Amino acid sequence: MSDRVPVLKIGRVLLVSIQQDLEDQMVMDLQDDLSRRIVDTGAKGVVIDISALEIVDSFVGRMLADNASVSRLLGAETIVVGMRPAVAMTLVELGLSLKGVRTALNLERGLKLLRRLGTDPA
Amino acid sequence: MKDYGASATPAETVQVATSGDVVTARQMVRTLAQRGGLGLVHQTKLVTAASELGRNMLVYGGGGVVRAAALSDAGRSGIYVEFRDEGPGIPDVELALTDGWTSGNGMGLGLSGARRLVDEFDIASGPEGTTVRIVKWAR
Ligand SMILES: Nc1ncnc2c1ncn2[C@@H]1O[C@H](COP(=O)(O)OP(=O)(O)OP(=O)(O)O)[C@@H](O)[C@H]1O
Ligand SMILES: [Mg+2]
Repeated sequence: MSDRVPVLKIGRVLLVSIQQDLEDQMVMDLQDDLSRRIVDTGAKGVVIDISALEIVDSFVGRMLADNASVSRLLGAETIVVGMRPAVAMTLVELGLSLKGVRTALNLERGLKLLRRLGTDPA
Repeated sequence: MKDYGASATPAETVQVATSGDVVTARQMVRTLAQRGGLGLVHQTKLVTAASELGRNMLVYGGGGVVRAAALSDAGRSGIYVEFRDEGPGIPDVELALTDGWTSGNGMGLGLSGARRLVDEFDIASGPEGTTVRIVKWAR
């Protein structure tokens, strides 16, 4: 029953594109998979594309925040890209500021940001 | 809060026993909100609140029933959602509604955040279970 969100390796970056409404178990699996893949691949950057997500609640929000901290400890920067404006407004009202999570408007800008942070995605 | 539950018909229900059911419940709420003419931001806030309350019901209440319906009252239209479980209840509701208070290892934002995201919020909790009722009006 529990599908997994694919984690793709593109150059030195891990790319996660969340394409469906996530069950809590999938959220937890993704967190595990990501840290394992960072270690296995030595990736220096992670991009999580949430443009397809219609909502981000406290559970997914916490995964995004925890993942940013864990990745950083493992030597990788995480950029969350594509957050919808309605989702951003809702998160703020929910009380989740996602401090410590780097964001960019879209995938292209996310990759640019990684480059600027010294992680050449190529 | 008014007893919207009685007038809100026909209601749709989802039984929540797994985290997959929480996904089903929030999708039901989204569909109703779309049909009910709520704007995108309102829909997003309502569905996010439903996700928090649905998860609480599963994690702390051992599951339960989510019931939702379109509503119209005094010329306004909106969506009513009710979360009913037969779990142990919340000993101190005021405390549970405090930002950051959790009895487990959550962030303690679900209940307080959900209350902020909707227009009307009512909670009744005792040893026989917890019922949370919310309304989001279309503007
Ligand atoms: N349906 C319920 N039945 C029993 N206790 C509940 C119920 N809903 C909430 N609670 C209690 O209220 C507390 C606060 O809930 P809230 O959703 O705000 O935070 P959380 O679930 O602990 O963390 P978060 O939702 O931020 O991940 C919970 O820790 C739990 O003790
Ligand atoms: Mg909660």
